[in-house]
Amino acid sequence: MTEGLEQGILIGMIATGIRLATPYLLAALGEMLSQRSGVFNLGLEGIMLMGAFSGFYITYVSQSPLLGLLAAIVTGGLMGMLMAFVSVTLQAEQGISGIGLSMLGWGLSGLFFRLYVDGIQSIAGLKAWKIPGLGDIPIIGPMFFSHHFIVYFAFLLVPLLWFVLFRTTWGLSVRAVGMTPQAVDTMGVSVSGLRYQCLILGGMLAGLAGATLTVANTHMFADNITAGRGFIAIALVYFGRWSPWGILAGSLLFSMADSFQLWVQVLGINFPYEMAVMLPYIVTIIALMISFGRVWPPAALGKPYERGVRG
Amino acid sequence: MSARIQKLEMRGIVKRFPGVLSNDHVNIEVSAGEVLALLGENGAGKTTLMNILYGLYQADAGEILINGEPVQIDSPRMAIDCGIGMVHQHFMLVPTLTVSENVALGLPSEKGALLDLEPVSRRIVEIGATYGVSVNPDAYVWQLSVGEQQRVEIIKALYRGADLLVMDEPTAVLTPQEAQDLIVLLRTMVAQGRSVIIISHKLHEVMAVSDRVVVLRDGKKAGEVATGDTNPEELARMMVGRDARPFSREARQFDGDCVLCVEELCVNNNMGTPALRGISLGVHPGEILGIAGVSGNGQKEFAEAISGLRTVESGKVLLSGQEITHCTPKQIIDKGLGFIPEDRLHVGTIPSFQIWENLLLKDHAEKPFARGVLLSEKTIRAHSEKLVADYGIKTPDLETQTGKLSGGNIQRLILAREITRQPKVLVAAYPTRGLDIGAAEYVHEMLVQASREGMGVILISEELDEVQKLSDRIAVFFDGRIMQVLPVAQADEKTLGLLMAGLTPDNQATAG
Repeated sequence: MTEGLEQGILIGMIATGIRLATPYLLAALGEMLSQRSGVFNLGLEGIMLMGAFSGFYITYVSQSPLLGLLAAIVTGGLMGMLMAFVSVTLQAEQGISGIGLSMLGWGLSGLFFRLYVDGIQSIAGLKAWKIPGLGDIPIIGPMFFSHHFIVYFAFLLVPLLWFVLFRTTWGLSVRAVGMTPQAVDTMGVSVSGLRYQCLILGGMLAGLAGATLTVANTHMFADNITAGRGFIAIALVYFGRWSPWGILAGSLLFSMADSFQLWVQVLGINFPYEMAVMLPYIVTIIALMISFGRVWPPAALGKPYERGVRG
Repeated sequence: MSARIQKLEMRGIVKRFPGVLSNDHVNIEVSAGEVLALLGENGAGKTTLMNILYGLYQADAGEILINGEPVQIDSPRMAIDCGIGMVHQHFMLVPTLTVSENVALGLPSEKGALLDLEPVSRRIVEIGATYGVSVNPDAYVWQLSVGEQQRVEIIKALYRGADLLVMDEPTAVLTPQEAQDLIVLLRTMVAQGRSVIIISHKLHEVMAVSDRVVVLRDGKKAGEVATGDTNPEELARMMVGRDARPFSREARQFDGDCVLCVEELCVNNNMGTPALRGISLGVHPGEILGIAGVSGNGQKEFAEAISGLRTVESGKVLLSGQEITHCTPKQIIDKGLGFIPEDRLHVGTIPSFQIWENLLLKDHAEKPFARGVLLSEKTIRAHSEKLVADYGIKTPDLETQTGKLSGGNIQRLILAREITRQPKVLVAAYPTRGLDIGAAEYVHEMLVQASREGMGVILISEELDEVQKLSDRIAVFFDGRIMQVLPVAQADEKTLGLLMAGLTPDNQATAG
C-alpha cells in the first residue's frame, strides 16, 4: 500500500515538473531566438504578463480558451515588435529598453485587470488532454501524456526550433546575424529584417508562455502573476547555451526542483519552507557556475548594428 | 543577372560625412582583364569609394556605369547581382559557422527553405581547384588561419559570380609568401577576363600587382598613371603631396647586461590556451629590438605580460635586474616601463577624457602634479602645454576630448606621456598601424630618439619595412615561440617571411 503511495507521489512530482516547465520552456525558446539574432530582450517578463492578461481576458469574455491563447500570441508578437522598434530601428540601449518593456507590461496588465475585470474571477480554462493510447500506459502515461496541449506543443518546439536553426536557410541567417551582422549585411540580407522577425516570434512565444499560467494552469489572473518567470527564462537561455536542447535541460532541471519543493510542502515533510522555495534558484545558480566545453555566445548580442561601425 | 562587366565607371562621386568630405568628385574606371590599384593614405577616401560601389553607402552625387549603362546600386544585394564582389579589410565571416555555411549565407537553396550544403561544398571544391585556393568546406572559420579566411572571402565572391572583385588592403594580414600567392591568384583572375580593384597604401604591392594606379588624397583624385610608367617615388609623392623624408639608421651591436630580460615566459590567451610557449629574449639599453610576425602569434600577449596586464603562467621578467613578473601594472610603471599599446584609443587613452587628463594619467598622484589629494592645476597646465607644443599635438585646446583627435595626434599624445617619463624600457606595439606616412615618420623619429637617450626599445610590428629600418636585432614570433633572433643585417625579406610562416630557411632548403 505504501509502495503505491510512493509511486503516486513520484508520478505526481514528475508530472507537475513537466507542467511547470512549459512556461519557462516557451519563454526561453523565444528569448533564444531574440538573442541568437543579437538582441538582448530583457522585456520578456512584461511580454509574458501582457500575454497572461490578454489570454485570461479574452477567455473570460469569449468563454473560449483557444481564442484567449490566440489573443496572447498576438499581444506577445506586438510587444516583441515594440521591442524591435525601440532596439533595432531606434537603436536604443537594449538593457534599458528591456527593463522599460518589463515595467510597461507589468503596469499595463495590472491596470487593465483593475479596469476591465476587477476582483478575482475564474475562467473555464484549458483542460488536460490525455493522448489516446500513450496516455493509458501505466506510470508513463500520467507522467508525460496527460497534460493540456500547450505542454506537448512546448516540448515539440524543441526539436522543431533546432531543425529551423540548423537545417534551414533562415536559421543559418539567424545564427549568423547574432554573431557577425556585417557578414549578413554584406551578403545582401537585411539585418533589421531578421531581428524584427526573431523578436516578433520570440514575443509570440513569450505571450503564449504567459497565457499558459492563466488560461491553462491557474484559470485566473492576479497582478504580477508571472512573479519573475521571465527573468528566470532569460537565465535559462544562458544556462542552455543558446541551444534548444540545453534550454530544455535547464527548464526541466529548474521546474523539477520547483516541483520537488512544492511536493515537500504538500506532504508536510518537516523541512523549512523558506529553504524549499529557494531550492530551484540555488540549483540554477550552481548549474550556471559550472561551465563545460567551449561556449560561443552571440558575439553581437546587445549591440545595435550600424553600417561602417566595427563591433 | 546582367551581362558580364566589360567596363565599370564611377563618375563624379561625392560623399560627405559629418565634418568630412570623404569623396570629392572622384572618377575611376576599370575594364575586364585589368587590375586597378586605388592608392592613398588612411582617410584618403579609398574605402568609402568602394563601399559606395558595393552599395553599403549611397553617394551624395555622381553615377556608376556598367558597360556604359547607368546602374543604381543601393544595397550589397544589388551589387552582387551586378557581378561585383568585395573582400573587406576586416573579414565578413561568421567564426562559428563552417566555410560552406558562410558561403551559403543569404543564398537561395535548391531545396527551398531547407539548407542544402552538399552542392555548395562541391562548388567550393571546384572553385578551389580552378583558382588554386583550396579550403576545406567543412572546417569552421574560427579554425582557419587569416590567409585561409581571406581565401574563403574570395571564394564567397566567386561563388556569387563576381566579375569585378574589390579587395580592401588584402595583404595587411598576410605573410610575404602568402601575399605573393595572392598576387598570382589575382593575375589568374584577370587573365580569365575578370577585373580587380585593389585598395592599398603599400607602394611595392601596388607596383607588383596592378596595371594602372589611381591615387587619392584627401578625398580627391591626385593622379592616375599606368603602373609601367611610374615608380614608387613618384607614387609616394602623389600620395603624400611631398617627397618622403629619407630615413636611414645604422644598426649597432650591443653587449653587456640587458635592461629587460625575459626568461622562458609562458602566458595564456583569453581563451585560456597557451599564447606564449617559453619566450626568452633581452634588450640592451639604447637598443631597438624589433619583433616581427603575423599578428596573432603571441605578440599582443607578450606586450601585455611585460606590462603587467596579463597573468604570467610561468617564466620570469626582469627589469634592470629586478623581477617584475607578478608585479601590478602600477609597480611596473614605477620601475621604469613605458608602454605604447596596440589599441591606442581605448588602452592608450581614455577617449572621453580631455587631453591634459590623458597626458597626466600615469602621474596624477605624483608630485608636483598633486598636492595631497588635490590636483595642482597650474603645474599640470604648464606641463601639458609644453608637451602639446614639444610633440606637435594638433588640438584646439587642452580641454578637447582625446577621442576627437586623429590617430596620429593620439599617438603623439601617448608618445609625449611615455617618453617624458624617461622609462628604462619602452614597449611599442604596432605604433604606426593605421597612421599616414607623415605621422608614421614622426613615430619612427621619436622611437630612435628614445633609444639614443638610452632606453631599450621593443618595437612590435607587422610591417617588415618598419622593423628592418628601425631595429638593431629582429626576433620573429610564430605560434607563441621565437623562431630566431637575427641581427638586422641578416634579416632580408625572404628570410623573415619564411620565419614568419613558421619555417626555418634551412628546413625550406631541405624540403625544396
